[in-house]
Amino acid sequence: MKRWPALRSVATGLAVVLVVLIYAYAFSVTDVNFETTRSETRLTNLTRILRALVHPDIFEHEREEQIVETPIYLPCPQQPIPQSQPVPGEPYLIVSPACADARQIIEVEGVGLWPEAKGPVNFIPPSGASLTIGLFETDSNGNFKIEAQLPNRQPLADPQTLRAIARRNVGGPHLSPVADVTIDKILETVFLALLATTIGTILAVPISFIAAKNLMDKVRSPLTSVSLSLVGWPLGIWLGASAAGSIGRLLNAASASLAVSLAGALLSPLAMWGAVAWALPKEGTRATKWGGRVARGLVFALIIGIFILFLHFLANLGLSLGKWLIEPLGKLGFLGNFVVQLGDSLRMVTPVMAGLIGGAAVGGLAGRLGQQAADRLAAAPIKGVNLVTAAVAGAVVFTLIGRVLDWFYEVQDPVRTLWLPAAAGAAVGVVLALRAQPKATVPIGTTVYYITRTILNAIRSVEPLIMVIVFVVWVGIGPFAGALALGLHTVAALAKLFSEQVESILPGPLEAIQATGANRLQTIAFAVVPQVIPPYISFLMYRWDINVRMSTIIGFAGGGGIGFLLQQNIGILNYRAASTQMLAIAIVVATMDYLSSTLRQRFV
Amino acid sequence: MLEISNLTKIYPGNVLALDRVSFTVQPGEFLAVIGLSGSGKSTLLRCINRLVEPTSGQVTWNGVDITQASAEELLRIRRKIGMVFQHFNLVSRSKVITNVLAGRLGYVNPALSLVNRFPRTDVEMALKQLKRVGIADQAHKRADELSGGQQQRVGVARAMMQEPEMVLADEPVASLDPVLAHSIMQHLESINREDGVMVICSLHFLDLVHRYAHRAIALNEGKLMFDGAPKDINDAKFKEIYGQEAERVG
Repeated sequence: MKRWPALRSVATGLAVVLVVLIYAYAFSVTDVNFETTRSETRLTNLTRILRALVHPDIFEHEREEQIVETPIYLPCPQQPIPQSQPVPGEPYLIVSPACADARQIIEVEGVGLWPEAKGPVNFIPPSGASLTIGLFETDSNGNFKIEAQLPNRQPLADPQTLRAIARRNVGGPHLSPVADVTIDKILETVFLALLATTIGTILAVPISFIAAKNLMDKVRSPLTSVSLSLVGWPLGIWLGASAAGSIGRLLNAASASLAVSLAGALLSPLAMWGAVAWALPKEGTRATKWGGRVARGLVFALIIGIFILFLHFLANLGLSLGKWLIEPLGKLGFLGNFVVQLGDSLRMVTPVMAGLIGGAAVGGLAGRLGQQAADRLAAAPIKGVNLVTAAVAGAVVFTLIGRVLDWFYEVQDPVRTLWLPAAAGAAVGVVLALRAQPKATVPIGTTVYYITRTILNAIRSVEPLIMVIVFVVWVGIGPFAGALALGLHTVAALAKLFSEQVESILPGPLEAIQATGANRLQTIAFAVVPQVIPPYISFLMYRWDINVRMSTIIGFAGGGGIGFLLQQNIGILNYRAASTQMLAIAIVVATMDYLSSTLRQRFV
Repeated sequence: MLEISNLTKIYPGNVLALDRVSFTVQPGEFLAVIGLSGSGKSTLLRCINRLVEPTSGQVTWNGVDITQASAEELLRIRRKIGMVFQHFNLVSRSKVITNVLAGRLGYVNPALSLVNRFPRTDVEMALKQLKRVGIADQAHKRADELSGGQQQRVGVARAMMQEPEMVLADEPVASLDPVLAHSIMQHLESINREDGVMVICSLHFLDLVHRYAHRAIALNEGKLMFDGAPKDINDAKFKEIYGQEAERVG
């Protein structure tokens, strides 16, 4: 470059021209037009709006009015105007001149009104349509004097009326209706954010471990184990969910009374505890006999059954106890409703939980079976087993995907949504089994990691403002839809942030805990969890902060909270009310910021 | 008896860390592993309990080939092998007692341990081990409040909680000053002498090797260069192990 100064100058010049071109184009596409900013009417409107915005509608006074009237002639009559004598001690108006033509300027003087009051001077024709022609403010003696222009009206022989209305505040200021409803809605907003953050965090914590590469990379299993558990999971989910369904029907048919639910909710954990104590393997007495294993397996199935029963009892207990509580609690009836809703949500979640437990149990058992087969059998028979299990697993997975697609696109063609995917899946399974070393392990953990990450990224890339539209259709306009939408987005966002914290933990303690012979869950509980608690709390606070801010605008799309109110007021040009709501948002966001930083300092 | 034959580890990227290493260790022996940084000492120790998966070769312990053990068997084998690390590898935000109790994870009921419940006998044992290494009064402090020497003692106590038949010590004193180094080495020595536990310990300083080890092996670029009594490391052997430019410092 040094040898070509001319070239360098040309390059610089071209760069400048390019920059100018870019900005010129930017001006043109964004319609930059400074002419409009100077226009008289626009400036007037701007002033009006800005003044409204800095006058949030928060406080107001009760007001009382004092009305004083005097006749006025427009135009002057033929006969002399009758003189009215003021009553002593009463306020009165003096108009000079007492008669005038339309559009003429007159002087209005008020005597003996309330001191330091404000109000309009109105011109009232016989039709009664009042027209304000001036504003006055009385001095400390209750007098005022203003000039006003008479309106351009048809001349009349009869006298018309000038009316001065003095207004003054009574008592102290109190919150305006706008402020009342704003406080109501901003509280709704804060609690909406709280709920969304809670739902999101509860789900994000377990997901974050699945989405952490350093934990999942080590999870490898033989193909036999993977394919068996792939078959086992859906089977277990179906078993668990249908068990939950039939237990629920049985219970509801029997009775849903408070006493039965209470007894059930208390007794079933006891039964569970007894079964667990019996079935847990004692140190040194690991049963290798088949009889013992089968018995233990049956007891574990029983425990799962009792647990599902327990969930149902608890849900019923919540429903009936809550309903029973609403009446006697009176104003605190929302507590009863809370219990009802907790019970109801538990009732909704029970089949899901039962499905997950069943899936984990059956999938885990099948996986162990596969693992043991791979450990004990020779390579050749394992290859045969792999061919069969991988084909079945592939068919199951592809069929499930086919069912989902069928549900979305309503293909209604079993060949394309059932048989074809099953055949393709079986073929993929066979190819995998043929190509893989029979005893080699497949990186199942990494696969799960990538699938989880992909799903999380997909969810995270959808704005909560869009999600809320779907939820509004499902649960109706209101804060519940907003909480669900924000909650879903929080799951995805927090799971990603959390999992990155898991990925950045120190590997040393992990290694040390593994060296003690700890299993995978123990390693997570002892080496990972203590390391990630501080960053988890920190991100949790941060997310609550974000959710409060997001929930202020989620109402724009029907998600309840203060956004709904704000949007309405902007729509009807009630800028003073909108200003009140913006002020409320600012206060809440600033408070949240302060609170979260204080809590972060305390816990981290 | 621990029998290692033709142990080879190739890391991704074709890095040869161990090259057909073979040796045996008798029960109750204190074996020192010496060699330059990067010579494969840590990899060797981690291949024994399979924290690092060996590429080929056998590690046979009491007649069982560890390299062929299934995932479940491996956990049972690991719980009998205590490990002490150069950087202590304590969970710094947990209490000292929790760190020590972690040594029992291979033995206790997994479900109860997840909620940090340990049998009373294990808690008593943990306090006993802490007393043995002389820091019983620190049991309820957070691990990161302790000094380096104290932290390594917690590491030793954690390894002892496993009631090990073998202890792998990966440069246990490399981040400690000489006085602390001797105190930690004496703990390992007492474990070896009094409890009859096999100790395999990688070390940097030859005076520590002479003082504590029954036998030494030396690695250089993944190859076994020496296997014999520490006193047999003469100047010629020393240069073979550490390279021609090396000077003896201790």
